Amino acid sequence: MTMEKRQLIAYRTARFFEDGDLVNLGIGMPTLCLKYLPEGVDIWIQSENGVIGLTGAPGEGEEADPNVVDASGSVSMLRTGGCCFDSFTSFGLIRGGHVAATVLGAYEVDQEGNLANWMVPGKTVAGMGGAMDLVSGAKKVLIMMEHCDKHGNPKILKKCRLPLTAANEVDYVITELCVLKRTDEGLMLMELAPGVTVEEVVSKTEADLIIPEEIGCMV
Amino acid sequence: MPINKVVSLDEAMGKLRDGLTILIPGFVNCGVPETLIKGIIGKGYKDLNIISNNTSIKGRGIGLLVQENRIKHITCSHIGNNTETVEKVVAGEIQVTFVPQGTLCERVRAGGAGIGGILTPTGLGTPIAEGKPVIEVDGKKYLLEKPLRGDVALIHAWKADKMGNLVYRRTARNFNPIFATAADLVIVEAEEIVEVGELDPDIIHTPGCLVDMIVQI
Repeated sequence: MTMEKRQLIAYRTARFFEDGDLVNLGIGMPTLCLKYLPEGVDIWIQSENGVIGLTGAPGEGEEADPNVVDASGSVSMLRTGGCCFDSFTSFGLIRGGHVAATVLGAYEVDQEGNLANWMVPGKTVAGMGGAMDLVSGAKKVLIMMEHCDKHGNPKILKKCRLPLTAANEVDYVITELCVLKRTDEGLMLMELAPGVTVEEVVSKTEADLIIPEEIGCMV
Repeated sequence: MPINKVVSLDEAMGKLRDGLTILIPGFVNCGVPETLIKGIIGKGYKDLNIISNNTSIKGRGIGLLVQENRIKHITCSHIGNNTETVEKVVAGEIQVTFVPQGTLCERVRAGGAGIGGILTPTGLGTPIAEGKPVIEVDGKKYLLEKPLRGDVALIHAWKADKMGNLVYRRTARNFNPIFATAADLVIVEAEEIVEVGELDPDIIHTPGCLVDMIVQI
């Protein structure tokens, strides 16, 4: 099976969802998951700007309502059964544990389940948006990320160096090399990508990993 | 006879002044009261303290206040959609305080509902928690976040009746109904103004008692 890195990550992440789940997908790579939903799994997208049921940009010839936008502000279509609400209700859904999973990217994660994805001091000043609430509130926190940065340095660390988005909230990390599960004892190597060895993952990861006897395959 | 709160843009904007704290709803460009924002610019008001979720995009909505250098300080969750805001924050021309989006909702809701603060898990263990009390309830830890209010709230409604009962459309609702509760003066711009009695009482999102003035877009 040959897949580009991002597609492999999206394919595997999509297999964490169950039919009927309410899911919040971050901007960028997380939205790719929608293309790889397993057959028979239909999820409902919750967007923090106050809507359930967005399906993406209008197709050619489709009439869109400019008052229906996604969490990046882009006009989107709303499926039958969808609904709109205010930001307060939206974050009540998120914080109250009514959202089954939130999927986000990361600058860094660590073996305690800490996440840093909103600020690089001296470099980015965008703000956290809804990320801190999503990670603190959703039932399952799935992090989709490239295993190393563009220079090949580990991004899965013993301790995050960047300012945190949330402490101890990450549940799973999905990269092009493996799937890691956070346990009370630390990060456990749950699955490997085809052709990837335990040694390769260990050499590209700063965090201590728990290596179980049986390791699954990502595809 | 019910009160008619419909006024001209000029009359509404005449109530403002320099240095006010203004609540402005909207999500990027959706549900932003852009007509009222243009009214502020027309009157020349400056040194404003803005409370909003973000700053729209360059040259639109709240981005117009950024472009015209009317903002002294902004309290928001995100400025990444507007490159000009980022530049001015980096240059020190605008001060910014970031608040997580859900916390922003709850702080303004508390401000409008007479609640002395909220307890949230959001931000625990992050830079947002610095200097804030951590309170334990039934074994779970929460941050104490204080209420936020404005001198003025500017609201964008889809439909308003002349008493100020409001209905919002789709995702243009976002922060509008929350922000309408938490300011001393609430000014609404409406896409459509209807007679009192034309809106079904069950579909009204914001009760007219919260609204002071209505401007037709």
